[in-house]
Amino acid sequence: MNISRLKRRGNFEWELPAAGRMRVPGVIFASRELLEAMDEKVAEQVANVASLPGIVTASYAMPDAHWGYGFPIGGVAAFDAEDGGVVSAGGVGFDISCGVRTLRTGLKLADVEARKARLADVLFARIPAGIGSTGSIRLDARGMEAMLKGGARWAVQAGYGSAADLAHIEEQGRVAGADPACVSELARKRQRDELGTLGSGNHYLEVQVVSEIFDADAAHAYGLAAGDIVVSIHCGSRGLGHQIGTDYLREMVMAAPAAGIALPDRELACAPIKSALGQRYLGAMRAAINCALANRQILTHLAREALAEIFPGVRLPLLYDVSHNTCKEEAHMVAGHKRHLFVHRKGATRAFGPGHAELPREFAAVGQPVLIGGSMGTASYILAGAAGTEERAFGSACHGAGRAMSRHEATRRWNGRTLIDDLAARGILIRSPSWRGVAEEAPLAYKDVGAVVDASDHAGLAGKVARLAPLVCIKG
Amino acid sequence: MEWQTFAHEADVGIRGSGPTMADAFAGAATAMTSVICDPDRIEDRVAVTLECAAPDDELLLVDWLNALIYEMATRRMLFSRFDVAIADHHLTATAWGEPIEISRHHPAAEVKGASYCELAVRRQADGQWLAQCVVDV
Repeated sequence: MNISRLKRRGNFEWELPAAGRMRVPGVIFASRELLEAMDEKVAEQVANVASLPGIVTASYAMPDAHWGYGFPIGGVAAFDAEDGGVVSAGGVGFDISCGVRTLRTGLKLADVEARKARLADVLFARIPAGIGSTGSIRLDARGMEAMLKGGARWAVQAGYGSAADLAHIEEQGRVAGADPACVSELARKRQRDELGTLGSGNHYLEVQVVSEIFDADAAHAYGLAAGDIVVSIHCGSRGLGHQIGTDYLREMVMAAPAAGIALPDRELACAPIKSALGQRYLGAMRAAINCALANRQILTHLAREALAEIFPGVRLPLLYDVSHNTCKEEAHMVAGHKRHLFVHRKGATRAFGPGHAELPREFAAVGQPVLIGGSMGTASYILAGAAGTEERAFGSACHGAGRAMSRHEATRRWNGRTLIDDLAARGILIRSPSWRGVAEEAPLAYKDVGAVVDASDHAGLAGKVARLAPLVCIKG
Repeated sequence: MEWQTFAHEADVGIRGSGPTMADAFAGAATAMTSVICDPDRIEDRVAVTLECAAPDDELLLVDWLNALIYEMATRRMLFSRFDVAIADHHLTATAWGEPIEISRHHPAAEVKGASYCELAVRRQADGQWLAQCVVDV
C-alpha cells in the first residue's frame, strides 16, 4: 500500500483522511512494515465503508487486514440506528459467526508426545471435516427452531457439554434477538446434515502446546502455563450462515436504491437498521450466530470424547469462545456519550478490556481472552483485551494472521503431500481429506502472525498472553 | 467456452468466456468447480436442472452460481458440465455431475457463496463474452 496519503497518528495507528464520499476517516492499526505489505484494495475498501450512512467515528482496519469483498477482512465499523445507520450483510460476510474456541486439557506436552499419532487419527475419525462430510445430528423443524434460538445453550441442554461452558462464550452462548422466521427454507435445508461439522478451507481443529507465556497474570487468570496442552477449534455457522449471507446480500443489493443508499460497491449491500429488511437480516444473522455457537459446542463434545478415548478421565474446560464475523448491538462511549451501536466485525475479534461488564468475573481484572488463529506450521496466540480498547476501535482486535498470497499462488508454490511430510518432520501432524487443501493453507501463504499480534499489542488493542505451537491439526 | 481462476487475496476469482453470454456463464461455473477440485475428475453421470431470473446480467451470474452452490451443498454433488440458455435475464440450465467421493475427488475447499466483488458480465472488444466474480471459500 502506498502510505503517502496516510497521516501517522502513532507508531501503530494510521489515518486515511476523510475525502470524497467518506463520512468519517479511516484508521488502520499496523506497523509500517505490515501497512506497506497491505494491498491497495484495503485502503479502497476502508474508504468505501467510511461512506456508508450512519457510520460512527471511523472505519477501522486491524493489523491483519487484507483485501476482502465489500469490507476488508479485518474491518470494523459501528453504525447508529438513530442516525440513519445501516446493517450490512456484506459487512458480516457469508461465514456468519465464524470463530475460535480454545479448551484447556490439564495435560502436559510429555503426556501427549508419545500418543500424538493416535490422537491425530482418533480426532480425524471423530471430527467430520471437509466438503461432503456430514454430522450425526438431524433436527426436525422444532429442533431447528430451538437450535437457532438457543445456540450453545440449546446444545448443552441436548447433552453436548456442560453449563459451565456457557459462561466462557460471548453472550453466554446465546445471542438474543434471533428470529428463525427470518431464516429461509433454503438455509434450513442447507444446514440439515451440517450440524457438528468443521467445514473446509481455513477451518481446523488443532491440538497445541503453550510454548511461551508473555503475561503471567493474565495467563494465570486464563488457567494457562507453559507446556500445557490445549485444543482450539476454528469454524462457523456452516451452510445455514452461508445461505443467509447469500439471501440477504441479494435482497439488500436490490433494495438499496429505494432506500436512498448509493453503494460504492455492491458487496457493501446494506439496509437501514430501522427498516423492515434491516430488522429481518438482524433476526436471521443472530440465528446464524446461534447456529455457529451450537456447532462449536457440538464439536467440543466430539473433541472431548476423542481425548477421553486416549486419556481416560481427561476434562476439557472451555477457556473462551470468540466470533469474528458478526454484527453485534453494543453500548459504547463516544465523545463522552453512551450510544447503542451496531458494531460490524468482519475478520476481527471483540476484545473487551479489563472491567467490562460482559466479562466473566474471573477475567474481569485482565480483560477478555482474544483467540488468534495461526496457520498450520506457525503459531496461534491468546491475547487479552487491553484497557481503553473500547475507545480505540469499539473494543476490537485482529483475528488471525491474514493471507499473504492467493490460494492459486500457494498451490503453485507448494505440494500438499510434501508439506505434510515436512511438517511431520517438525513434529506437527496434519490430517486432512485433501492434499491440495493443505497446500492452499500452507503456513507461508499467511502473514507472519507474530508481527500481527505484536502490532495489536503495541497499538493498545489486545496484549500478548501466550503463544500456542501446533502439534496436531485436523484440516477441513 | 473457456474458464480460469484469478487471484484474490482472501478468496478466489472465477472467470468464464465464450462466444455467447451463456457460454461465459458455463465457463464461470466450470471455474468455480475448479476451486473445489479438478473438473476432469468429475464424471457427468447425474443431471440436475436449474432455473433463475434477475433484473440484470450481473445479478443473474451471481444467482446462477449461488444456485449451483446450493445444489452442490444439499445434494452433496460436484458438477463438471453445464448446458446454459439465457433469454431476457432468465436462465435455464442442466448441470451434469456426480456425488462427492472424498477419496477420489480430494475436494480442497468448499465454496460458501458467490460475491459481488469483481463482478462483471460484458461483451469484450473481440466480441467474446466475459463473466466473472469472486467466490468466498
